[in-house]
Amino acid sequence: MMPDLGRYATEVLMAYGGSIALLVIIVGVSIWKAGQVRRRLEVVEARREGPRR
Amino acid sequence: MASLWEYANPRKFMNTSAAVLPWVSAAAALCLVVGLIWGFFFTPDDFRQGSTVKIIYLHVPAALMAINAWLMMLVASLIWVIRRHHVSALAAKAAAPVGMVFTLIALYTGAVWGQPMWGTPWEWDPRLTSFLILFLFYLGYMALWEAVDNPDSAADLTSVLCLVGSVFAIISRYALLFWNQGLHQGASLSLDAEQNVADVFWYPLLVCIAGFVFLFLALVLYRTRTEIRARRLKALIAQERMT
Repeated sequence: MMPDLGRYATEVLMAYGGSIALLVIIVGVSIWKAGQVRRRLEVVEARREGPRR
Repeated sequence: MASLWEYANPRKFMNTSAAVLPWVSAAAALCLVVGLIWGFFFTPDDFRQGSTVKIIYLHVPAALMAINAWLMMLVASLIWVIRRHHVSALAAKAAAPVGMVFTLIALYTGAVWGQPMWGTPWEWDPRLTSFLILFLFYLGYMALWEAVDNPDSAADLTSVLCLVGSVFAIISRYALLFWNQGLHQGASLSLDAEQNVADVFWYPLLVCIAGFVFLFLALVLYRTRTEIRARRLKALIAQERMT
């Protein structure tokens, strides 16, 4: 299944590996940060809503 | 038809982006998976570049979006400066790390490709140098947002930085036309069929470009939503401290 990359196999695999890793990192960091902010906001909003009930 | 300015309302933006985001994310994932698999596994080697031609499916879309991300930030910054819409300032802030990563991918894949093809991973060529400066502008832009405590002042200052950095974004796009003594070859994409890359490389490249565009849109929408929540969080905490 793996194509024959010839004498440039290292360069091609390095380019794909590094780039995909960078894309995964930016997606992962975005999801992680979103989750963190959402949880903190929920806590603060619950604290605000609490005494009114 | 709804006015574009309605999306300056954070609530309207949150509702609309929540509906659009799954579709844009799915389109990004589909195009990237199809385009990269097609390009990597099912395209032939180039008669001069050998298998390194497969790097084009990452390098060209990343470079294209690195420049366009900055231009999107410029438009959002100008909207902030002129109309003071917070969502536009936050969208520019949200786009910066994404653009920075695309610039890094373009620089990295260019260096990996350049070593066997040019005999060097780096050359102080006009396009390469302007791209490196663009990358530094991205870092400076992100650092400035973090360094200034007042969000409105941070948005003002980063807007000015964005305006200045736009010069390098434009230079990195058109450097080849200004200076033709550089090492970097001409544009891979052209409306002229004879100048454009061969169809066998062109179609998977188009799919990869679409994938990067959708990924950028999805990440900017997602991250802008996070920035809006973070801004609300900061405001609520400040309110709590005052009462």
